[in-house]
Amino acid sequence: MNQNLFASFNMPMILGIPLVALFILFPTMLIMPSNNLNNNRSSSIQQWLIQLMLKQMMTNHTIKGRTWSLMLLTLITFITLNNLLGVMPYAFTPTTQLSLNLGMAIPLWMATVLMGLRFKTKATLAHLLPQGTPIPLIPMLIIIETISLFIQPVALAVRLTANITAGHLLMHLLGDTTLILLSTYLSSSVITVIVIILLITLELGVALIQAYVFTLLVSLYLHNNS
Amino acid sequence: MASVVPLKDRKLLEVKLGELPSWILMRDFSPSGIFGAFRRGYYRYYNKYINVKKGSIAGLTMVLACYVVFNYTVSYKELNSADTPADRSWVISEGNSKACFG
Repeated sequence: MNQNLFASFNMPMILGIPLVALFILFPTMLIMPSNNLNNNRSSSIQQWLIQLMLKQMMTNHTIKGRTWSLMLLTLITFITLNNLLGVMPYAFTPTTQLSLNLGMAIPLWMATVLMGLRFKTKATLAHLLPQGTPIPLIPMLIIIETISLFIQPVALAVRLTANITAGHLLMHLLGDTTLILLSTYLSSSVITVIVIILLITLELGVALIQAYVFTLLVSLYLHNNS
Repeated sequence: MASVVPLKDRKLLEVKLGELPSWILMRDFSPSGIFGAFRRGYYRYYNKYINVKKGSIAGLTMVLACYVVFNYTVSYKELNSADTPADRSWVISEGNSKACFG
């Protein structure tokens, strides 16, 4: 049962060849850019969604920060599509792998920090000390703020990994429970089915929200440092 | 103008059964050839089901259904070698932590 529970997070392989690149590239096949003014329905919906995300995210940034628009939009689209495809039965979700999320979080966070240090050195260093702190506390607070700065990429990655993995695990467990209860107590299996349906709705919501949170935080770090 | 299309340029449904092996051997199996085949297949599906005036949800649903079936075939072996309920234990072994954080 234990191996079975975590088996869905193992890398899918065909004949020993890991297929992870295929799963990461599959969402790109669902997005089709078009150069026409009037598109087909699918492209129109995608265009509308992307414009919605763009306006929501990038209006608060400076001109320099808005050069990151493409990066942040790609990020939120990638994470949303991967999370949503992971809700499909038997699907493998790349965002459950900590390696992928760290690979997304660390370069983006480091880019914002280096940008802040390069262009606004004084302001970036001043961020390490909140306003109005009592003088005896200053050395300790600077150390604490530095530690919290370095925790940011790890928190970004682990947050996404843990949320998606937890949701998937819950669904697996409840599915197993329902199957077992079907043969013994039928009525309680009805309850678990209802819980599973609610969980699926939650999963869909979490998929979207996590992507949003990830991107929002990266853009927040950018805003602080641009 | 030749009335008979040469074997190399014929589509699969126009090839006679006897000529099938030689037709297969004539296909372009280089990386760019395979990539071109994927591209042709993708655009064939896209232009038939999605890039139309009144596209419906069926275009996307077929893709997702194929995705589910593909995932099932890939993980078939693992799913069928599962333990029976009698063997299940609730002790966490070290094999799990590797799978979890891998």
